Amino acid sequence: MNLKKLNIENKKIRDLIPQALTVLALLSIIFYFATNAQINMGNRGISFGFGFLSQEASFDIAFSLIEFDGSYSYGRAFLVGLLNTILVSIIGIFLATILGVIVGVARLSNNYLIAKTAEWYVEIFRNIPLILQIFFWYFAALRALPSPENAINFYDVSFLTIKGWYIPKFVWINFDIFCYSLLFAFISVYFLNRYAKKQREELGKILPTFTLSLGILILIPLLSFLLLGVSLSFNYPELKQLSETSYTYEKGVSIIPELIALALALSMYTATFIAENVRAGVMGVGKGQKEAAASIGLNKNQILKLVVMPQALRIIIPPTTNQYLNLTKNSSLAAAIAYPDMVLVFAKTALMQTGRAIEIISITMLTYLSLSISISIFMNWYNKKMAIKEK
Amino acid sequence: MILTNLKPTKDKINTFLPLGSIFVIFAFLDVLINTFLNLNITGFLPQTLSYFFPLLIGYIGLYLIRIEFSGIGFLDKLNKNINSSNFNAFLSLLILFIIIKAISPLMNWLILEANFAGSSKDDCTGNGACWVFIKVWFNRLMYGLYPDVEQWRVNSAFILLFVLVGVAFFVPPKIKKYFIIFLLFIYPFIGIKLLSGGSFGLVYVETAAWGGLSLTFIISAFAILFCFPIGVFLALGRRSSLPAIRYISIGFIELWRGVPLITVLFMAAVMFPMFLPDGTFIDKLIRVLIAITLFEAAYMAEVVRGGLQALPKGQYEAAKSLGMGYWRMNVLIILPQALKLVIPGIANTLLALVKDTPLIFVVGLMELAGMIGLAKTNPNWLGMAMEGYVFAGLVFWVICYAMSRYSQNLEKKLSTER
Repeated sequence: MNLKKLNIENKKIRDLIPQALTVLALLSIIFYFATNAQINMGNRGISFGFGFLSQEASFDIAFSLIEFDGSYSYGRAFLVGLLNTILVSIIGIFLATILGVIVGVARLSNNYLIAKTAEWYVEIFRNIPLILQIFFWYFAALRALPSPENAINFYDVSFLTIKGWYIPKFVWINFDIFCYSLLFAFISVYFLNRYAKKQREELGKILPTFTLSLGILILIPLLSFLLLGVSLSFNYPELKQLSETSYTYEKGVSIIPELIALALALSMYTATFIAENVRAGVMGVGKGQKEAAASIGLNKNQILKLVVMPQALRIIIPPTTNQYLNLTKNSSLAAAIAYPDMVLVFAKTALMQTGRAIEIISITMLTYLSLSISISIFMNWYNKKMAIKEK
Repeated sequence: MILTNLKPTKDKINTFLPLGSIFVIFAFLDVLINTFLNLNITGFLPQTLSYFFPLLIGYIGLYLIRIEFSGIGFLDKLNKNINSSNFNAFLSLLILFIIIKAISPLMNWLILEANFAGSSKDDCTGNGACWVFIKVWFNRLMYGLYPDVEQWRVNSAFILLFVLVGVAFFVPPKIKKYFIIFLLFIYPFIGIKLLSGGSFGLVYVETAAWGGLSLTFIISAFAILFCFPIGVFLALGRRSSLPAIRYISIGFIELWRGVPLITVLFMAAVMFPMFLPDGTFIDKLIRVLIAITLFEAAYMAEVVRGGLQALPKGQYEAAKSLGMGYWRMNVLIILPQALKLVIPGIANTLLALVKDTPLIFVVGLMELAGMIGLAKTNPNWLGMAMEGYVFAGLVFWVICYAMSRYSQNLEKKLSTER
């Protein structure tokens, strides 16, 4: 009895020692770094703090979604960078998903040429470092575009030039009403689908949900145009001569080449990984599943929609979300080609001006970290929801 | 009646096959002549129609030769692989025509109209690529700013490495052990000494001068060497039963995995010196190397953890019942099996590491991509970005493709063994 107790205590102590040592080591490293940092900052006459965020930034940002110039604060500059990061990530995710699904499905094609083309697409773009692809698009491919006066003309509506891609500007009147009507449409579609599901499960009635949803989504925003005074017109880009040899486009929206290069490279690179996920997902659904579905009389579309896709998506979605996260993190490579994302605006320009390395790098890292962690929390929740519930 | 007559079937093969073949051949001839001889034989048609004419003709031709079970081996194979339906036939034609159309300008740019001879930009007269740029800068692209007369040191360090690795593959297992120990624990010091110099009569070369492709290899080699053991320790830590160690490991892994490498590099280059006592200085290359190592170690840890989780519990219990302690159990029983399970994952992590190395240019270290950035901004060589990045892309592609192929083969080999 006594021996056993001793043994247990012994084990507890044995467990405690390495833990205590690790914690102690970690704390002393942190303490050591903190003291050094304090001394170093004292020597340079700066003190730790985030007060600089409200100081005037006094630098300009080439591309921003919200109003910004030198008179705004560093905090606002951070926000501009963050929004630019989000913008390029969303564009990248959108394009990468479309391209990735197409390539992934093409790799499964029974057409030898299509399958091979898709395979080589994946092999080529996956095995070249992303930064080189960004450089290629930005420094080589987009620099080969014509100057504004010889722009590549898309039906006089949009123009592709070396200075960027000019597209028409949307001029809204009562844009908020339009947004509300869209929101209302989505909510009604949601309730319609819930109602249809209930009808199907309780009464066995099948409503034409898809057609109805589409109708609602088109009709309600359309009504807002007709009845509620929403209107939309376009400002087309126009060529304007600045000086004898210098031209530019005005009135439209200019998409800067940095954004194009970054979005292209990010989506083409990430699409290869998404394609592999899609392929693995579709191949992961057993042949028996399709045969069983066919034998109970489902047609080809129904098999795809009701049997293959739900199972394939369960395999596809987790690694694909991971790729979305990677794409968002990779968008920080923007700093290499001067697209004003969070890293460039904040961790480079603002850092250079203020010299507050610790605060700025920590804020940048924490932002990415919180983004990653929130997505992984969402993923864990989603995985639990989607996991096969075994009885 | 007409429709059933038009349907290509086996009994009418003698009509449909020659007719269809002629259509297809004509379509390809049209595209080929158009591309390579610059002659539009359908020029009499309206422009749009002339442009899509081969597609149309080829499509009809492929429809006519789509005869099921024709009994002709080649035709059946063709139909099955590229011509199984209207949609497939269309896509096949489209892909083939695009390849034919793209090959000619691509070959012109890459080889036929490219310039290989010469020593300055003025020698590039053709419309194609100016490979003179790569030729002139080749030395810099490989060795960075490393002094020309000392470059034999870089070469010999790498040759020594390859010879050692090569020999280690072929010697009997008894001696192999010593070779591996030598490679892991002694060679790195020899290599570093050889590269940096400063003693044994070698001139000191500061790390700022290191660069080019050799720097890519140096960084990859060291990061691979160190990230692996750290990753294994982190993975064990994450699965540890001791809460403090587990949470520290989790925090460490998730911290690195949650941030982009570029911010980690900035941290190493800009923020880390603030944490050191005044006056101490750690070389930038070493700081960056540590940052990359820790970053990749976190990814490695997750891969290894996958292997640890995949092992059945019985392995742990059996090891414990033999009276093995924690370390003996892990080193002798668990890790050998777990690591073997995740070799493909490890290879992928290493591949990602190699692909990440060009990023170091953001903190001013010039490996291949960085050197090209430097070379293309040289006033004598402006406008050479395309050549430079195509070359760098090709070099990296060869390295990464070889690695990924190797890991795929390894995966296949290991899966058959089990």
